[in-house]
Amino acid sequence: MGWGERIRNSQVWKSIFRHPPPVDRRNRVLVVLTNLILHLHPVAIQKHAVRPSYTWCMGGITFFLFLVETITGVLLMFYYRPTLEWAYHDMLALRDVVSYGVLRELHRWGAHAMVIAVWLHMYRVFLTGSYKKPREFNWCVGVVLLVLTLLLSFTGYLLPWDQLSIWAITVGSNMARAVPIVGHEGPAQQVLSVGGIDMITSASDSRFVLLGARVVGEETLNRFYVLHCVAIPLVAAFLMAVHFWRVRKDGGISGPL
Amino acid sequence: MAGNAQEPTTAPKRSADRRRRGVLKAMFGSFLGLGFTALGAAGALWTAIVARLMFPNVLNEPPSRFKAGHPGDYPTDHVETRFKDAHGVWVVHGTYRGRRQIYALRTVCTHLGCITIWQASERKFKCPCHGSGFSVEGMNLEGPAPRPLERYAIRVADDGQLEIDRSKIFQEELGQWDDPACYVSV
Repeated sequence: MGWGERIRNSQVWKSIFRHPPPVDRRNRVLVVLTNLILHLHPVAIQKHAVRPSYTWCMGGITFFLFLVETITGVLLMFYYRPTLEWAYHDMLALRDVVSYGVLRELHRWGAHAMVIAVWLHMYRVFLTGSYKKPREFNWCVGVVLLVLTLLLSFTGYLLPWDQLSIWAITVGSNMARAVPIVGHEGPAQQVLSVGGIDMITSASDSRFVLLGARVVGEETLNRFYVLHCVAIPLVAAFLMAVHFWRVRKDGGISGPL
Repeated sequence: MAGNAQEPTTAPKRSADRRRRGVLKAMFGSFLGLGFTALGAAGALWTAIVARLMFPNVLNEPPSRFKAGHPGDYPTDHVETRFKDAHGVWVVHGTYRGRRQIYALRTVCTHLGCITIWQASERKFKCPCHGSGFSVEGMNLEGPAPRPLERYAIRVADDGQLEIDRSKIFQEELGQWDDPACYVSV
């Protein structure tokens, strides 16, 4: 018995790979379906689905960039402290002192590329009419994922804690104070008042909840850090699983009409 | 695919050379093999990069050598606590085997490594974790600590000040406290 055969017959191997090696078409399908990694790709796809000129591969590239951002982001977290004292210096140190300063640049450029890729993916899906029945629901999931991608960019923008970050988030979050009803400068904010006393003020409106304070400060930095590193990625990962599952269940990648 | 041709069950004995070529063929002989080879290489490279990244290039620690004033600044039987937070050192003007000397005790308890506290009223170093107690000399009096506190190197520098070097450690139970590098006679 050769070594390869001895390994394939061992209990360890058999406990990991439930199905013996494929010898015919039917068994190939079974191998793919019983293996977590292999089943991520469909057993069979239509010919057009692998044509880059049709899909531009923009969905796949967006997912790849999400993985790049996750991996580089985790590594950056080993050296970054979200406090007024350290945030800016840690960001500089990640470039100049810590080994592989290119990791931060990868994270930054990956973020830009992901926003572009996710827009192009949406544009392609629109042009090919792939949002139509039976894929309406998946289009909506995709729209939420687009918003989450933009929010990841927005929350990540504050973390370097330089002048650009602070004022960009100040300006950006000012939009939240102009939201109808729940923003204290927005239209119809006086709708929520009890006995003539406004319920929506600068210390209780949507901007206040977003910043954790009236102005961008350490509370905001911590809040955006948690949103950027934990909360939004978790929601996005769950919705991505739904998105990919629905692509498969709605009949695979849509074909030319 | 169709009709698996039955291969001869008794494979001829292959030479080591042919087996080596078989490995190379598996690694580079097909797109699948190339793909897995590239995947393995990328994984190994990435592991090495991450391992290197986890070692910081700069430390936020005070230097191991520091000045602690002139020997004359220390009254008899005085335990100086102001170097504890930054350097982890008690500077003591005490005695060892009847000889008056100034020495630098490491504040780490010899039981499990907690930081001891100077109890001025009892004239003891007490460990908050398991109650070990040490005398002014640094000898273990009570609790689970198995040996005395450790000393750091101390000397009178050229400018007449005491200089403590935390890179060298002297242990009483090994007889190292007789080394003049770990005390200044007064």
